[in-house]
Amino acid sequence: MSSLAGQWNYFLVIALMMIGFYAVIARGNMVKKMVGLTIFQTSVFMLYISMGKVANGTAPILTGEAQTLYANPLPHVLILTAIVVGVATTAVGYALIIRVYESYGTIEDDDLIKMIEAEENAEARDA
Amino acid sequence: MSGFLVNASLISLLTLIAILALRLHRLFAVVMLSGAFSLVAATLFVVLDAVDVAFTEAAVGAGISSILALATLSLVPAEEKPHSIAFVPAFLALATAAMLAIAVTDLPAFGDVNAPIHNHVAPEFIKGSADDIGIPNVVTSVLASYRGYDTLGETVVIFTAAIAVLLVLGGFTRPHHPKNKSPKSQSRITKRRKNGEGKNAG
Repeated sequence: MSSLAGQWNYFLVIALMMIGFYAVIARGNMVKKMVGLTIFQTSVFMLYISMGKVANGTAPILTGEAQTLYANPLPHVLILTAIVVGVATTAVGYALIIRVYESYGTIEDDDLIKMIEAEENAEARDA
Repeated sequence: MSGFLVNASLISLLTLIAILALRLHRLFAVVMLSGAFSLVAATLFVVLDAVDVAFTEAAVGAGISSILALATLSLVPAEEKPHSIAFVPAFLALATAAMLAIAVTDLPAFGDVNAPIHNHVAPEFIKGSADDIGIPNVVTSVLASYRGYDTLGETVVIFTAAIAVLLVLGGFTRPHHPKNKSPKSQSRITKRRKNGEGKNAG
């Protein structure tokens, strides 16, 4: 039990992560999917940052005193990079959504699948 | 113990925001909630001693992401079709949560000083930052010097993403800007597609 109590932060973050995951795979609206992806992504960042935390430590900015405990700077650096890369991929996702809407007039998954199937059936009839 | 209370209440607030964002159908509200989610996450990062991550999350996650989402919403419908609970995805999410929970029990305890992650290269980064590079902020010295190639790769990814966005949206050479397109002409395009006029493209 004591080992479980030591990991409470990770369990809470996992719950959060799964809300984002559900939004990505269950919702048909593409903007909603992107928001779910952002939530998922930020929760993963929280998991990493939690690992870098040191109890009674401080932010990794040198104080000049020898005995200060610092949080681990390495996850912070990796996540800084990941946040910026995440926004870049999000931008591409939104651009694709706009493009899909221009071509098909909808951003709902199921409507889109119906339209593509109807198009394919029409092509098969013509051929 | 106070650390537990602060973290748990912040994560509960995040959970509340995430559930609301999942349930609301007006996409403008959903995008705003996603911005709020990023801001509360930034607060959590400050509590977890990651100040550099916190201000990047606040500026990039809450700022730029929201702007991108709002720009998209100005071009696409801002209302979601109502959906009922999807059982297969819900089951998948629960199963993944169970697997992750089992995996997490193998991790060292939260905040443990003796965890392997704190005894590998991190002490050398902290020691070397003052001697080798001479800046007090260790995150900056790791980002720009010890792991400078990561940052170079990040820049390449952003550049690629910018090119991809320009190509997908047609850049400066797009024949018809969607802003000038009235709903009437939009429906005409859709109708034309339905009639199979677009098939010579494929």
